[in-house]
Amino acid sequence: MSRPYVSRADLGGTTGHGPIAYEREGVVFHHDWEARALALTLAAGPPGGWNIDISRSARETLPNYLDLTYYAIWTAALEHLVVDHGLVTRAEFEAGHASGPGDPSRRVLRAEAVPAVLAAGGPTSREPRAPNRFEIGDRVRTRADHVDHHTRLPAYVSGQIGVVERVHGVHVFPDTNARGLGEQPQWLYTVVFDATDLWDEAAPGQRVSVDAWDSYLETAT
Amino acid sequence: MGHGHDHDEDHSELEPMEVRVRALETLLTEKGYIDPAALDELIDTYQNRVGPRNGAQVVARAWVDPEFAAWLREDATAAMDSLGFGGRQGEHMVAVEQTNETHNLVVCTLCSCYPWSVLGLPPTWYKAAPYRSRAVRDPRGVLREFGVTLPGDVDVRVWDSTAEVRYLVIPQRPIGTDDWSEERLAELVTRDSMIGVGLPLAPEAVTEGASA
Repeated sequence: MSRPYVSRADLGGTTGHGPIAYEREGVVFHHDWEARALALTLAAGPPGGWNIDISRSARETLPNYLDLTYYAIWTAALEHLVVDHGLVTRAEFEAGHASGPGDPSRRVLRAEAVPAVLAAGGPTSREPRAPNRFEIGDRVRTRADHVDHHTRLPAYVSGQIGVVERVHGVHVFPDTNARGLGEQPQWLYTVVFDATDLWDEAAPGQRVSVDAWDSYLETAT
Repeated sequence: MGHGHDHDEDHSELEPMEVRVRALETLLTEKGYIDPAALDELIDTYQNRVGPRNGAQVVARAWVDPEFAAWLREDATAAMDSLGFGGRQGEHMVAVEQTNETHNLVVCTLCSCYPWSVLGLPPTWYKAAPYRSRAVRDPRGVLREFGVTLPGDVDVRVWDSTAEVRYLVIPQRPIGTDDWSEERLAELVTRDSMIGVGLPLAPEAVTEGASA
């Protein structure tokens, strides 16, 4: 039996996290290892073969997510990913050294390819196969049910009524992509909510939007 | 980094995180999956080349060129691409404009989504729990913490980047800059003003000739 899926990263509207620790523009890394962790994570993607949704899922399910600094989260998730996706064996990871050569068929990000790879990025838009179900101005209600996997519908808008404000085309669906079930692209919308519908203490004149995939939404009556 | 002797012995003097990251790099390099020079290239890119000065150029162009501003509204991805700012974490861009009626603020409550192509890597506070939790619920309080007090009749609009669409805030052009060049204007555009947690600098902050 698998354990229930718990994301510890769904923080919108939660309380008790203290003041914001401001940092001025220009501060990028605090330690060399942070820069290394960022670069390693980006470079391990091509040979690892995982996708951004699998990475996010690995991070948000870390039991001590809230106790870790950002690049410590990335590092801990990467440690899981390299083993789970077979880049290294558990024994190699524990030993800290390779017991044999890698698989030459895996893609490796070479230094000379970095500018082109970054410039290309990883667009998530896909060709529509059907028209969009919702139009700008439509009232929609978001999914209220908890799902037992990675998802991108924040809890603070769960089961709430909002209005479609933008239609972004068809995008890779994180809920399946994160579980290795394929891209299964869906229409993506910006849905805007009146803050007074979300929180008792909210003042009028405050709105918040999320970007929501088609299957997160139903027509609100 | 090395001291020319056994690497394993060095670990005792390193921070635990440094040890873990180095161990991963060593292991993946031994397997042939990582080109260490690619890591250097990636770090150099985000430390020195891709940052909020990119976004400042976008904003300054929008301030001086109404056609570009219109293009940004229509297709921000293409408009930014025309200035050379595209690619990773900027594949699907939307520009949102500050007005006298509405103040926009961008957050990612679920992780750390941020428009890398125009702002570089996100600051630590943007990725941390205090900002992510409160920006959607108490944006006026968050803004006050950043030193921005909005008039009561200005609406606040928060954009939670929950998908792969990335939002860049286009601040309002400061008054008294009518005869300014695009280059000088860009100096007024702060990172914070393009997230929506700050305002552009006042014209007095950039003195004549200081940019030479």
